[in-house]
Amino acid sequence: MIEYIAHIVVLIGLVVSALLVWRFRDLLSAAIAFGIFSFLLSLEFYILQAPDVAIAEAGIGAGLTTAIFILAIKGTTRWEDAEE
Amino acid sequence: MNMSKVVRAAANLLFPFILIFGLYIVAHGHLTPGGGFQGGAVFATGIILMIVAYRYETAVGRFSKDILRNCEFAGLLIFVSLALAALAFGTGFFYNWVADTGLIFGASVAPGANPGDLNTGGVIPLMNLAVGLEVLGALSVIILYMLSGTREEA
Repeated sequence: MIEYIAHIVVLIGLVVSALLVWRFRDLLSAAIAFGIFSFLLSLEFYILQAPDVAIAEAGIGAGLTTAIFILAIKGTTRWEDAEE
Repeated sequence: MNMSKVVRAAANLLFPFILIFGLYIVAHGHLTPGGGFQGGAVFATGIILMIVAYRYETAVGRFSKDILRNCEFAGLLIFVSLALAALAFGTGFFYNWVADTGLIFGASVAPGANPGDLNTGGVIPLMNLAVGLEVLGALSVIILYMLSGTREEA
């Protein structure tokens, strides 16, 4: 039962964080929300008994991709509708 | 530019623990979930945390591009030469020639159900170490080259 509830909570969190990535105009907030999305996705892989994929997703998705986005924001602008 | 003091302090605190965890995943790759790629990715995440937290000059001073690139070459060479060494013993390509020889990682596997011994697996943990070295070098070099493109504005 507790696994069922945890599963539902993780799935709701996935949808909410994905909507936040879409809604945010601040790209740094969107990058952090994407990191949270990747972290919840790795938790979902773990619940579905794929710990190998979960570790890869936590390392690549939550760690590396967020760092790449933050470096890209450092090199460009932080706001989506900034005037050039 | 440097990140804020909070980010730098947290990165300094977390750095050794992330490296040890990545090394643990690589070393236990033949017993538990994970392996060379996952452990190398976690290890590279620790290095990239330091690269993101500090400015470009400091990051390049700490992690040299040449050393990381040599890590990548060394990992690939060790992987292929371990696979080719099996041919010298008269067996097939990728044959597990270290298993059951008593060398490092060469102990026999205990019969029956058991949690597993670190000193088993033959050539598999050695190849995991090679793949881990290769992945951490490659991913860190990618981030360092990306950062070098943005250093004018930073």
